[in-house]
Amino acid sequence: MNGSLDLLLIPVLPFAGFLLNGLLGRGLPKWLVGTIALLAPLASFAVVLRAALAVWGIGSTTPALPYVETCPIPWIDTGTLHIDFSFVLDQLSLVMLLIVTGVGFLIHIYSVGYMGEEEGYWRFFAYLNLFLFFMTVLVLGGNALLMFVGWEGVGLASYLLIGFWLHKKSAADAGYKAFIVNRIGDFGFLIGLFLLLANFGTLTFAEIASKLEANPGWQGGALTAIALCLLVGAAGKSAQLPLYVWLPDAMEGPTPVSALIHAATMVTAGVYMIVRTHFLFDRSPFALAVVAIVGAATALFAATIGLVQTDIKRVLAYSTVSQLGYMFLGCGVAAYSAAIFHLVTHAFFKALLFLSAGSVIHAMGGEQDMRKMGGLRKSLPVTFWCMTAAVLAIGGFFPFAGFFSKDAILYAAFLHGTGGKVLWFVGFVTALLTSFYMFRLWYLTFLGEPRSEAPHHHATPASMWSVCVILALLSIFGGWIGFGDGLGRLGAFLSPVTGIRAAETGAGNLELYLSIAAVAMAALGWWIADRLYRQRPQRPAELAASLVGPYRVLSNKYYVDEFYRATFVKPLMGISTYVLDWMVDKALLGGGVWVLAGIAKFFGAILQRWQSGNLRSYAGWLAAGAAAVLLFILLPWSSLLATWFGIHLNWGGH
Amino acid sequence: MDSLNASIVTLILLLPIAGAIAVTLLPDRGKTPCWTALITTLVTFGFTLHLPAYFAMGASGFQFEINRPWIENPAIFYHVGVDGLSLWLVVLTGLLAPVGVLASWRAIHERRKVYYSLFLVQQTAMFGVFVSLDLFLYYGFWELSLVPMAILISMYGRRNGPKAAVKFFLFTFIPSAPLLVAILWLYARTGSFDFATLQGAIASGSLPTGALRWSALAFLAAFAVKVPVFPLHGWLADTFSEAPVALAMVVAGKLGLYSMLRFHVGLFPAQARALAPLLIALGAIGILYGACLALAQRDFWRLVAFAAVSHFGLIVLGIYGLTTTGWNGAIYQILNQGVFESAIFVLLGALHLRYSTSQIGHYGGLAGRLPQTATLFVIASLAMIGLPMLNGFIGEFLVLSSTFTGVSRAWAVWGTVGVILSAAYMLWLVQRIFYGTESELVVSRPATDLGFAESIAVWPLAVLMLVMGLAPWLWMRAIEAGPNPLEWRNALALQPVAPHGALQVSATAEGPR
Repeated sequence: MNGSLDLLLIPVLPFAGFLLNGLLGRGLPKWLVGTIALLAPLASFAVVLRAALAVWGIGSTTPALPYVETCPIPWIDTGTLHIDFSFVLDQLSLVMLLIVTGVGFLIHIYSVGYMGEEEGYWRFFAYLNLFLFFMTVLVLGGNALLMFVGWEGVGLASYLLIGFWLHKKSAADAGYKAFIVNRIGDFGFLIGLFLLLANFGTLTFAEIASKLEANPGWQGGALTAIALCLLVGAAGKSAQLPLYVWLPDAMEGPTPVSALIHAATMVTAGVYMIVRTHFLFDRSPFALAVVAIVGAATALFAATIGLVQTDIKRVLAYSTVSQLGYMFLGCGVAAYSAAIFHLVTHAFFKALLFLSAGSVIHAMGGEQDMRKMGGLRKSLPVTFWCMTAAVLAIGGFFPFAGFFSKDAILYAAFLHGTGGKVLWFVGFVTALLTSFYMFRLWYLTFLGEPRSEAPHHHATPASMWSVCVILALLSIFGGWIGFGDGLGRLGAFLSPVTGIRAAETGAGNLELYLSIAAVAMAALGWWIADRLYRQRPQRPAELAASLVGPYRVLSNKYYVDEFYRATFVKPLMGISTYVLDWMVDKALLGGGVWVLAGIAKFFGAILQRWQSGNLRSYAGWLAAGAAAVLLFILLPWSSLLATWFGIHLNWGGH
Repeated sequence: MDSLNASIVTLILLLPIAGAIAVTLLPDRGKTPCWTALITTLVTFGFTLHLPAYFAMGASGFQFEINRPWIENPAIFYHVGVDGLSLWLVVLTGLLAPVGVLASWRAIHERRKVYYSLFLVQQTAMFGVFVSLDLFLYYGFWELSLVPMAILISMYGRRNGPKAAVKFFLFTFIPSAPLLVAILWLYARTGSFDFATLQGAIASGSLPTGALRWSALAFLAAFAVKVPVFPLHGWLADTFSEAPVALAMVVAGKLGLYSMLRFHVGLFPAQARALAPLLIALGAIGILYGACLALAQRDFWRLVAFAAVSHFGLIVLGIYGLTTTGWNGAIYQILNQGVFESAIFVLLGALHLRYSTSQIGHYGGLAGRLPQTATLFVIASLAMIGLPMLNGFIGEFLVLSSTFTGVSRAWAVWGTVGVILSAAYMLWLVQRIFYGTESELVVSRPATDLGFAESIAVWPLAVLMLVMGLAPWLWMRAIEAGPNPLEWRNALALQPVAPHGALQVSATAEGPR
C-alpha cells in the first residue's frame, strides 16, 4: 500500500464497462453483458468502500481529507485558463460516492432481472455504466469545469436512457425535452463559470474557497450573481421551479432508470452542487433566500400535482420533485448537512419506491395506471411490505429514515429568522400532502379489490425483490446515520466541508414539538387517504366532480407545459421560420444578392452548355485559366500598377 | 527522416497534383481512379504527419520554410512554411482527403477520372493556401481552390448543381477581385509579395492609413464571404445541398478563417482592431442567427449549413476578441469543426445515398435498421453541440469564457444562448431521423448500414473527437507557439476592453483578482 486511494479507478471502471458493452455488447451473450455491467459498478463501489474504510481509520493508512488526486497533465492549459483533471475526496464526496456507487450497484442488479427480456439489453447496460462514469466524475471533480463534464454527461446518459425504447415516440420526445431543459440550466451554469473566472481567475473549488476565506469582506454583488447562475443550473438538473417540467416526462424511460437517475442520484446533483459551492452561497443572503423560496415553492407545487396523478410513476416523479424541493429548502436555510442527509435517505426510499413500482408494473404486464390496479397485496407480498416501508419513510413517520432527515430540514427552516417560519409552514403543509398522496398510491395499488384483470402476473425474480429488501432495510434504519447530539453523526462527519452553524446546535424541546407536529400532519394525511380510498372508494370521484375547476388545473399540471409552449417554443419557432428564415434570410439577404442572381442566370446559361459538353471543354477551361494566370505574370505589371494605383491612392489616401 | 524537413512542404503540395495526373493517365476501369486517389491522399496524409512529428513545438515563427525566387519581375517567391497556426490545418486537410475519397467511394460512379483528378487538384490548392507565405502564391492557390469546387458542384450536383455552382462561384469570385487589387497595391507600394516583409512595412506605419484601411477591408471581405460570416452566407445552403460530400466538407470554414487569422489580423492588426467590435457583433449575431435558422429548416443539408454559420460565428467571435485564450480556442475550434462537420457530412451523405432525399420529414426510426450510422451520428452531433469530453466543448468554452472575461460580457452571454439552441436543432434532427416509428420511406426502401468504406472514414473521426476533447494539449502546444494577438494589441497600445463594472463585488475596493 502506497497510500493512494486510486480515485481515478472510480470513474474509469464504469467507463471501461461502457466501452466494452457499448462497442462489443451486440455480439456478446446476455450473461456476459450482465456480468460486465455488474462488475464495473461493483468494483467501483469496492474502491469507494476501501477509501471510506481508510477514512474511518480502518486500513493501513488514514488519508487526510480533502484528499486530492491530480493527473500530471492538465486538461486545458492555454492562455489564462488552466484546468486540471483533479479528483477530490472529502467527507461530502465520499457520502455521495457511497450512494452513487452503492445504490447504483443495487439498481444494476435489479435491472438484470427487470430488463432481462429486452432487446438491446447490452445498450441499456452500456448507458447505465456511462451514467455511473459521469456521475462519479461530477461528484469527484475538484473544479467546477470537471463537475460540468459530469453534469452534462449525466444529462446525456439520462437522454439516452429515457429514449432507450427507440421506436416509442413519446420516450424520444421526453428524452429530447429533458436534454433541452437541462441545457437551459447548463446555460446558467456556464455563465456562472464565466463569472467565477472573471472574478476569481480559477475554477478550482479549493482556491475559490480559500480566496473567499482570505477576504471575509466580500459579500453579495458578483457573488450573488454567481450563486444565482449556479442556482439556474441546479434548478435544471434537480427539476426545481421553473425548470422541473422534464422530470415527469422522463418517466417514459425504463423504471430502473427512473429509480437510479431520476430519483436517487442524478437529480440530486443540483443539491450536491449547491453544497459543494456553499461558500459562495454563504456570502449572499439574497441568493440563499432565493434557493429556499424556490425549494419551498417547488415542494408544495409538485406535491399538489402529485395529489391527482393516476400514473404510478408520475406520482413518484412529482414526489421526487417535491422532495428535492425540501433539499433545496434545506440548502437555502444554510442547513447543508440536513440537505445531504435528506438526499441520502431519499436515495434509499425513493429508489425503493421506484423499484417496487417497477415490480408492480412488471407484474401487471406493463400497466402503469393505478386505477387499473388494486389488491396486489396478496400476489406481491414482498413488494407490498417494501413499498409500505418506503411510504412510511417518505411520509415522515417515526422512526423511518425520512422522518429524521425531513425533520432536520424543517427544524433548521423554523430557526431561520421570521421568513423561516413561513418556509417551515410550507414544508409542514407539504408533509401532509406527501403523506396523503403516497398513501393514496398505496391504497390504490395494493389494497381493495383488483380493478382490472391483469393479463398475467409475472413472478418477481429474486434479483429484483432482494434488492428491494435491502433498500427497505436502509429506508427503515437509514435514519440512524443522523442520530446523535446536535448535528447528528452525518452532520458531524460533514462539518469540515459544510461548516458548523450555531443554529443547528440549538436544542431544547422545540425540536421535539416540531417533530410531533410533523408526524401528526403525516398521520392526518394517512387518515384522509384512508377515508377516501379505503373506507369510501367512490368519494374521490365525487370530490373531483364537485371541484371541477381545481381538479382540472391540477390534473393538467397547472398548464405549465402549455404555457411554456405558447410563450417560448412557439414564438421561437415562429420567429425563426417566418421572421428570420423568410423575411430576413430569403427576402432581405436573398434580395440583396438578387442582382448577383441575375448575373448568375446569364453565366448559368453558358455553364449549362459546358455541362452538357465533354471532358475536353473542362480541360479547356482549366487551360484557359492557367493561360490567364501566366499572362498575368508576364505582363509588365509594375509600370501598370503605378498608374492604376495612383488613382486608387488618392481615392482612399487621406 | 530529418532530411525531409527541407522539402516536405513541396512534397505535400506536389503529391496530390501528381495523383491527379496519375488519375487522368490511368484507365477509367472499375475502381482504378478511386484507388489511385485513395493511395495518393493516404500517402499525402502520411507526409503531413511528418510536420507535427518534426515541429519544434515551443518555437514561434515558421518552420520547414522554403524561400526561393520564382519570378524575378514582379518579385514572386516560392515562399512556403508552416507555423503553429497552420500546422494542424495542413494535417487536418491531409486527414480529410482520404475521408473524402472514402465518402465518394459509392456516391460517385460516373466520370470518376474527372471527379478524382479535380478533387486532388483541390487538395493541392488547399495545402497551398495554408503554407504560402508569398501573397501572390497565396492568391494563386486561393483562386485555384475555387475552380475545381465550382466545376464539381456543377457536375455532381444533386438536383440543381449548375445554379448552386454559379452562386458559389460568383459569391466567392467577386470579392476575390478586390483582394487581388489590394495585394497588387501592397506590392506597388513595397515591391514585395512576401508576408513578413509586408507585415513589417505595414507595422512601420510608412503606408498611407486610408488606403491601408481599404485594402484591409478588401482582404476581410474576401475572407468573410468565403467563411462565410453572417450576413454573407447566401451561398452556403445551396452549396451544401448540391456539392458532393467530399467537397462540401471542406468548402466552408477553414480556408477563410485561416486567412482571416493570417492575412487580415496578421497583416493589418491595427485595422483589424478597429473593425473588431463590428466583427465581434457579427460573429455573435451569427451564432444565434444560424442556430435559429437551423431550427427552422426541413432539409438536412440546409440545417447543417445554418449550423455551420452558427459555428463560424463563434470562431469569428474568438478571433476578433483578440485574447490569447479566445484566439487559441478559435483555432482549435476550426480544427474541431473540420472534424465533426465532416463526420456529419459523410453520414448524411450515406443517408442521402440510401434514401435519395434530404427532407427530414421523410425519415424516421432509422436507429433500429442502421445502428452504426445512428451511433456515429449521435457522437458527431454531441461533439457539435459541445458536450464536454468531446472536442467541440473545448473550443466553445475557450472562446466564450475569454469573451466574457476579456472582451464583452453581453456578447458572451448572447453567444452562450447558442449552447441551448445547438442542442435543440441537432437533437431534433437526431430524433426525427433515428428515433420514433419507422417512416414509410424507411420501410419501403430496405437499406444496409454503413459500408466498410464509410465506416472506416467516420470511425477515426469519432475517435479523434474524443481524443481532442480529452487531450487538447496535444494540439495546443503548437497552436500556442503561433502568432499571439496580444502582441499586436499591446503593440498598438490598446488596452483590452475592460469588463463592465456592473457585477463587481461591492464590499471591496478592487474586487477579487
